[in-house]
Amino acid sequence: MIPELGHYALVLALALGLIQSVAPVIGARRYDAVLMRLASSTALMQFAFVAFSFLALIICYVTSDFSVATVYENSHSMMPLVYRITSVWGNHEGSMLLWVLILSLFGALVAGFGGNLPTTLKAYVLSVQSWIACAFYLFILITSNPFLRLPQAPFEGRDLNPILQDIGLAIHPPLLYLGYVGFSIAFSFAIAALIEGRIDAAWARWVRPWTLAAWIFLTVGIAMGSYWAYYELGWGGFWFWDPVENASLMPWLAGTALLHSAVVMEKRNALKIWTLLLAILAFSLSLIGTFLVRSGVLTSVHTFANDPARGVFILAILVIFIGGGLTLFAWRAPMLKQGGLFAPISREAALVLNNLFLTTACLTVFVGTLYPLALEALTGDKISVGPPFFNLTFAPLFIPLLLVMPFGPLMAWKRGDIFGAAQRLMAAFGIAFVVIVLTFAVGDRSSILAPFGIGLAAFVMIGAMVDIAERIGLFRVPFSVVRQRAAGLPRSAWGTALAHTGIAVTLLGIVCVSAWASERIVALKPSETVSISGYELSFDGVVQRSGANYRELAARFTVREGGVPVGVMEPSKRSFASRSTTTTEAALMTRGVSQLYLSLGDTNSDGSVSVRLYHKPMVLLIWLGAVVMGLGGTLSLSDRRLRVGAPKPAAKSAMQAAE
Amino acid sequence: MTRKQRRLILIGASLGVLAVAAALVLSALRDSIVFFNSPTDLAEKRIAPGTRMRIGGLVKPGSIERGDNLQVRFAVTDGKVDVAVHYQGIVPDLFREGQGVVAEGKLEPGGVFAADTVLAKHDERYMPREVVDALKKSGRWQEGEGNNPGSNPR
Repeated sequence: MIPELGHYALVLALALGLIQSVAPVIGARRYDAVLMRLASSTALMQFAFVAFSFLALIICYVTSDFSVATVYENSHSMMPLVYRITSVWGNHEGSMLLWVLILSLFGALVAGFGGNLPTTLKAYVLSVQSWIACAFYLFILITSNPFLRLPQAPFEGRDLNPILQDIGLAIHPPLLYLGYVGFSIAFSFAIAALIEGRIDAAWARWVRPWTLAAWIFLTVGIAMGSYWAYYELGWGGFWFWDPVENASLMPWLAGTALLHSAVVMEKRNALKIWTLLLAILAFSLSLIGTFLVRSGVLTSVHTFANDPARGVFILAILVIFIGGGLTLFAWRAPMLKQGGLFAPISREAALVLNNLFLTTACLTVFVGTLYPLALEALTGDKISVGPPFFNLTFAPLFIPLLLVMPFGPLMAWKRGDIFGAAQRLMAAFGIAFVVIVLTFAVGDRSSILAPFGIGLAAFVMIGAMVDIAERIGLFRVPFSVVRQRAAGLPRSAWGTALAHTGIAVTLLGIVCVSAWASERIVALKPSETVSISGYELSFDGVVQRSGANYRELAARFTVREGGVPVGVMEPSKRSFASRSTTTTEAALMTRGVSQLYLSLGDTNSDGSVSVRLYHKPMVLLIWLGAVVMGLGGTLSLSDRRLRVGAPKPAAKSAMQAAE
Repeated sequence: MTRKQRRLILIGASLGVLAVAAALVLSALRDSIVFFNSPTDLAEKRIAPGTRMRIGGLVKPGSIERGDNLQVRFAVTDGKVDVAVHYQGIVPDLFREGQGVVAEGKLEPGGVFAADTVLAKHDERYMPREVVDALKKSGRWQEGEGNNPGSNPR
């Protein structure tokens, strides 16, 4: 009964979605307030029905109702409750349901909190949002129904892929989807603006909080996924340039660019057309990501299953929305009125430069990700484009971006003073220089580039703080005034500084790990020791254990630093009988922000075990940086301006389409 | 400065960055892509030793030999041709005889493939897509066998 109710609720959501796709548009055309207001109610109801449907699926999993095909395929009655819940999105059908749940959630949020939006704009936005939702409802109902029943209910399920039975997976997809799908709001706003033919600074102010929220989730979601891959896949790497990772990185890059260009639009009423384009592109890249991940054209741990019909369906959605969006853009954008002027040296220009580098970097990732697919389709040659490609293309584009970053906030709008900004950054230059020299002196010189990387991170970090210090008059005015000014500084300024610091923190982690990580692969017999970067690990022996739905062979190691025991590490191999699968559970020991990483290989005939041991200096900074970025975004999101400022469109007809 | 000049600077800067990016992409594509070959391809194409590539197929039953120092020798087969592979390190969890595998490395002059990375599928139901295609080409693939391509840790 419950699966049928869930299925039915989804069908009802589709029906509501269809109404919401049409009625508000007619209402907006005829200035019919009733029809326009309908959009808010249907958006809220849609969310309620999808949430009900999702809840129904969760109940199916929790109660282990194996008469439902997806539950049978992906769950097991012995699995702990938390994994029975997370298996809901650990497969294709369920993850698509999560996707529409979040899509309808954002629609409902706009309906609920968009009270200050002009009624016609709101009607159009909710309509466009509903077009997307309907496409995905249809996709689920036609090709990937999660509630499909089996003719005969099996006694036991086939279990979730063991590498997905992890708490990282519980959090990572929902966060990532909140980010991915969150960009749909920016897309809907852009399409609505194009349909209306009106766009102004107020538009940017409405779009920015949504984009920012999506960006925060995406940032943290990507970091979570990276950390999950790091500890669960047993390779000790934090980023593989896997197409699926790239699929999440591309919307992030476009979204970051969008955040910055929206600032220009909000403050200076410039870059309007470009911002619109970015809003369309950011969501298009999310859709492409969904296509890459869900259609099965890629080989990846994320590819749950593939059915050609699904790939074609998603491709159709892709073509309609991206093609339609860009066509509408090409048609309507030239009619929009041009925005404010700015000098080549100004904050606007710095932000344009930011956009230029971010989008170009995004483009290189795009090429690297899709080139193998295109080549295989055209010539049949199978190639893989790996980390070397991205290191050679992405990094050279990101370095100038980071170099320019501290300058941006220090420049004035409209006409900036680059020498003044450089002067104020003297401290940052100085500290960066000292850091480079120190790293050369202290470091082992195995990498020439690493000290410069660390210097760059220091420059960005100090640069971000210089802006704040300048604005509150640190060291120049009495402390009481400084405190007053600090309190009066808008939260978005703190947010910017924090987010920029975050990127420097991540950079620091990446540079340290890339330059100074050490790795040892050895076979050890009990009571033998292995040493790495000042730590000694002695192998005490193996223990057999059993968990809820697996048996585990754990190897026990005592870790000593300078002869003093500092802890125990127990990497293990888990075998899951239901899938006759083994997974490797790496053991991690955190020392400060560095980690020891121990992963178990085979047990050999002579009683020794093979282990892979890494020392990862500063590795935690990579993800901490992302968290700091997220905090910066949150701080910015809580800015008064975005909460209170119910902006009125400019009184003049400046934003009217030049027809 | 007029609007036109400003726009020219903007367009110039964009084109400059794009040109640099294009140059980077082209040079990186020339140097850092890796081709995938099935054992049959390897035999037919006469690829020069030392070229970096991936090979894929099934681990030939009975071919795994383990030596000292984590040395592993095995043969990758697509049913027609076998390639001897040599690897030092820890093989993935699902590396087993008769199972799909993808190895990345170089062909040595003696015809032995020296792998520095070995990827196995990550789920007993899935098979690396490249391996499926390689097996299909050599006629050793029965539809419905394993069904769903897709899944290695990268």
